[in-house]
Order: sequence, then structure tokens, then C-alpha cells
Amino acid sequence: MSSEMVSEYTVVHEKAKSFYESYDRKEELPHQTHFCPGCGHGIVHKMLAQAIDELGIQDKTILVGPIGCSVFTYYYFDVGNVSAAHGRAPAVATAMKRSRPESIVIGYQGDGDLSAIGSAEILHAANRGEHITVIFVNNGIYSMTGGQAAPTTLLGQKSTTTPGGRSAATEGYPLHVSELLATLQAPVYIERVGLGDNKQIAQAKRAIKRAVENQVRGLGFSLVEVLSPCPTIWKMPPVEAQHWVNDVMEKTFPLAVLCDRTKEAVPRPLAAAGPALEDIPHLLGVHEEGLPEGNSAAIKRPAEDLDLRVRVAGFGGQGVLLLGEVLAEAGLDAGLEVSWLPSYGPEIRSGTSNCHVRLAGRPIDSPLVVEPNVLLAMNEPSLRKFYASVHPDGWILYNGETIPEECNRKDVHVLACQFSQVADELGDPRVANMVMLGALLEIAAVLPEASIDAALLRLVKNQRWVQLDERALARGRELYKEAEVSHACRG
Amino acid sequence: MMDEAKRDRGLLRIDTDECKGCGLCVEACPPKVIRLSDRLNHSGYRTAIYAGKGCSGCGICFMACPEPGAITVMRLTNRKSDVSTGLEGATQCAGN
Ligand SMILES: Cc1ncc(C[n+]2csc(CCOP(=O)(O)OP(=O)(O)O)c2C)c(N)n1
Ligand code: SF4
Ligand code: SF4
Ligand code: SF4
Ligand SMILES: [Mg+2]
Repeated sequence: MSSEMVSEYTVVHEKAKSFYESYDRKEELPHQTHFCPGCGHGIVHKMLAQAIDELGIQDKTILVGPIGCSVFTYYYFDVGNVSAAHGRAPAVATAMKRSRPESIVIGYQGDGDLSAIGSAEILHAANRGEHITVIFVNNGIYSMTGGQAAPTTLLGQKSTTTPGGRSAATEGYPLHVSELLATLQAPVYIERVGLGDNKQIAQAKRAIKRAVENQVRGLGFSLVEVLSPCPTIWKMPPVEAQHWVNDVMEKTFPLAVLCDRTKEAVPRPLAAAGPALEDIPHLLGVHEEGLPEGNSAAIKRPAEDLDLRVRVAGFGGQGVLLLGEVLAEAGLDAGLEVSWLPSYGPEIRSGTSNCHVRLAGRPIDSPLVVEPNVLLAMNEPSLRKFYASVHPDGWILYNGETIPEECNRKDVHVLACQFSQVADELGDPRVANMVMLGALLEIAAVLPEASIDAALLRLVKNQRWVQLDERALARGRELYKEAEVSHACRG
Repeated sequence: MMDEAKRDRGLLRIDTDECKGCGLCVEACPPKVIRLSDRLNHSGYRTAIYAGKGCSGCGICFMACPEPGAITVMRLTNRKSDVSTGLEGATQCAGN
């Protein structure tokens, strides 16, 4: 073809500017997508890219991609890209739009992604009327994972999980997500389109552009469902798959505008910007004034192998959780890796409660403490429950005069004292937790006292209690030292 | 074709590297001026071929095609008018 001849013609339809020139995904074929021949996702991608081009919003568009065959949106669209966990695109898009109200945020989801695992996210995003656009590609199946049934699979349609065809009796009916969402008050525009023939394709293109344009105009939540062929999983040649959308799929999922409030919708003002970072402590009622500076460099180089695993257990009301919190907060203050995991449950109402605390020199893999090297048992049931789990050579601190015979272990250290009574003598039996913590701190000998003080000041609001707690901590340290000297309490 | 008195309104270019031979454009084209090649491309696909005559420049094949840039559609321009938009890109497109 001579260029002379071409020069008589002008390009009218070409690759959208919102696509990358070439795709990094594959070196050998940098212009080809990963989709199978005839895949509807490719067509929807083109429509969306073109809408972005035509609306002139490429530089402010954020596309939130799904998990599914269309997971690679970020390889193709030259816009801001975020990948959401399976089904979570509406939640991620909500956060994006609220924190960047000037951006045009578009969620792209498959039918498994949107109508199965992500059914809650889309329902609530639509119900909140988030200012986002959702492109919902319905091919009636989990394609990426090889053809399991989706909520949208047609009755009688075979899949790897409905080998005899979907039956309403066992798998329920195809879920009409768009119709369901259209019953809500907030969405401004919901339309179902198809890729079954030229007319449908033209309508699909218009609908996608409208759904994006609604957001540009500030109108609110818009969703376009696209009935889309998947030749591979449907096991049909591409043209046949296209006809199947028209002849079969559409009977279950009629094409229609399901909700259109764009006429009455008034452009809503952009959400007010969130509070500045420095204002957040104040909003949360955390007042830093008067608190010690903190000692984040106190333990300059924590021993790599430092791994303090503490289990604190007692009755609800004994301050089990606070004990753990003070320990973790002090560790944080001192620059250690820490975790604090309260075991909530119905039992914290007057029953036993417990928490897991870890202080380590290295990042913590799991906050669970299964095999503690220190157990703080604030009552007998807790001791009985956890004594066997203590790591050999670890410590049991028990709030009782002696360890019951059955709980005696020769391979662990024991400090058994009437901590509650000691606390009572200090002024309140409720500070037994701090007496025990004091003893623990002395045993572990990793945290500077200043970090403990800072943690107390942060967590305990009442000045009288802070003073009492400090006395209790000091008393606990002494108790351990006395025990060390006399060996009186050691098992 | 150059020599014909009446030019086609449209002109089609197909990137044979990008085309996956799905045939959707063949199905979509109203005057049926696209067919699939007999030869396979290096990916093993029979790729779309413009018959070389009769394209109206409607762009229907473009929207039916799942690949972003497999098809480029051009339209005959008024000779007197300025012909420039996107043309350079189009002439670089692999022809068939
Ligand atoms: C949390 C989680 N659960 C399950 C999976 C496995 N998984 C990947 S894609 C997919 C289904 C995708 O189906 P759909 O959303 O319809 O997309 P399609 O591939 O059909 O376009 C599933 C179940 C996953 N990746 N993550
Ligand atoms: S399996 Fe289906 S949905 Fe996935 S890329 Fe292939 S045709 Fe598209
Ligand atoms: S532009 Fe229209 S007439 Fe030309 S090849 Fe494409 S579908 Fe056919
Ligand atoms: S629709 Fe696109 S990929 Fe399919 S045969 Fe035509 S040019 Fe090739
Ligand atoms: Mg699917």
C-alpha cells in the first residue's frame, strides 16, 4: 500500500490513547492482550478506554481492577491503577474516591468477583451511593479458575461445579444483581447491556461512557452490567459465543435500563477533605501534652533473638488486658516489635479472660502466643488452663500462695505469691496486675523504666491510678528480687 | 484500487501480530469485506484480512474486535481539507 494513497484517508478508529503503547506483561508480544480470542473483556476494555479518551479524563482516572481473567487491567490502561482483593473493588474504590474526590474512580469486576465473594461490597457501595462507576462483566461463570459456577450461572448451565447443569433446587436461581441494586434509593444509573451483536455493542459503548460521564458530572453511583462472551470456558467458537449472549443469556438477564435518576440527580458537592493527620490524635481524644517524649531509641539494637511470648490470664475485671497493653505499649515505646492480642469472648463477662503479648527483636509472624515463655496466671482456673503450655525453662507467675500439686512442673521457673493481697496492702486489690507486671519486667529485664512510665501515662488517664500503678510495679520488682534472694517462692 | 474512479469511503488496516483470528470482525462487517487469511501468523492464528474493496469506514469491526489496536479504520477525506490527524501513526501500523 503506497503512502501516497493512504494520505487520502484519515484515521477515524484506532487504538485508544488511554491504552499503553505496548504492554510490559510479555516481551515477545508487547501489543497483544492476554485474553483468549473473542473474549468479551477485550471489547469492554476498549469501550472503557475510549470513554476515558472521549471524556478527556485519562490523567485523573483511577481504575480498580479485580481478581479474575481481567486482573491485568494495569498492564493495559495508562491511568492510575489499583488491584483490589477478590470482590473488594467497590470498597477500595470508595476509599480512593473519598480521599481523592477530584479523581474519576472506576471499578472493573467479573461476575464471580462482584456477585459472589464481593456481594456485600457492591451492595453497600451502591446503597451508600458512592460517587464511583462500576463496570460489571458478566460471563456467567468463574472463568479464570477454570469454569466453576457463579451466582450468575444460568439454570441448566454446566460448569465444573454443576456438572449436571445448574439446578434451582440445589444452587438456587441466577442472581440478578443489577435488578437488586436498582431497588436501592441511592444509585443514579444502572443498565444491563450485551455484546451479542452490533446493535448491542453500540449500546454497550454508549452505556459505559454514560456511566463514567455521570461521575464526571458528580451525579453519583453508576453501574453497567455487560453480558460478555467467554468462548474458552463456554467451549464455543467466538462467533457462536457471541450469539449465545443474544440467544440464551439474555433470556435470563434481559437488557434494560434498570434505574436512571440522572435527570433528577443534582451534582453533589465533593466530599469534604478528611482531617489533617496532625488533627487525628485530638479527634480521638488522645492528648499528647505532658506525655514523656518516648524512648523509641532506648533499645538501640534489640537482640535479634529477643522473643518474649507472654500469656496473661485471669478473671474479667482483674486488669488482664490492661496489663498486656501496658507491656506492649512500653515495648513499642522502646523501639521493639510488639503485638497485643486480646482474647475476647463471652467469657470476659465475669469469666476468665486472657491476652497474648509478644515483644521481639525481629518482625513478628503471628500475634498468637501458643507456647508462652512467661505465663501470668491471675487465678487458679487460668493456671490450670495454661500451665502445660509454658515453654520449658519459661516462667509461671501465679497469683496464689503455692502452685497446686497437679500443676507443678519441674522444667519451669515459678514465682507464686499472693499478688492480690500485696496489691490490697498497697491500697487496692485491683492493682495486682501491675504488681505481677513489675515482677515480669524484672525477670525479662528488657524494657527501660522510662518506657513503662510512658506507657502508663498513655493508657491510664487517672493520675491517682498512675501513681498507684507505679507503686505496684515497684513492689512487684521487689517481690521478684526478694524471691531471687530467698528462693522462697521458686519451684 | 488507486486507479479506480470511485474510491471506497473506508480503508482498513490490520495489525497481523495483534490479531487473534477470532473472526468477530468478519461477522460484524455489514458489507462483508473482511475474511480470515489462509496462512497462519507466528502465533498460529488465521488473521483478519481486508478484502481490499468496499469498506464504508463505519468502524463497526473496530468496536467488535477485542484487541486494542488490531484494527485501524480510516475514512476518505475531502482532498481540499487538511489531512493530518493520526495519519503518521496509521501508516506505521503493520499492514497485511
Ligand atoms: C479471596 C480469593 N478467593 C478465591 C480466589 C480464586 N479466584 C480467582 S478468580 C476467581 C473467579 C473469577 O470469576 P469472575 O469474577 O467471574 O471473573 P472472570 O474470570 O469470569 O472474568 C476466583 C474464585 C482468589 N483469587 N481470591
Ligand atoms: S477464559 Fe474466558 S473470560 Fe477468561 S480470557 Fe478466556 S475468554 Fe476471556
Ligand atoms: S469499517 Fe465497516 S465496512 Fe469497513 S471493514 Fe470495518 S465493518 Fe467493514
Ligand atoms: S476481531 Fe480483531 S482479533 Fe478478531 S479476527 Fe478481527 S481483527 Fe483479529
Ligand atoms: Mg465470570
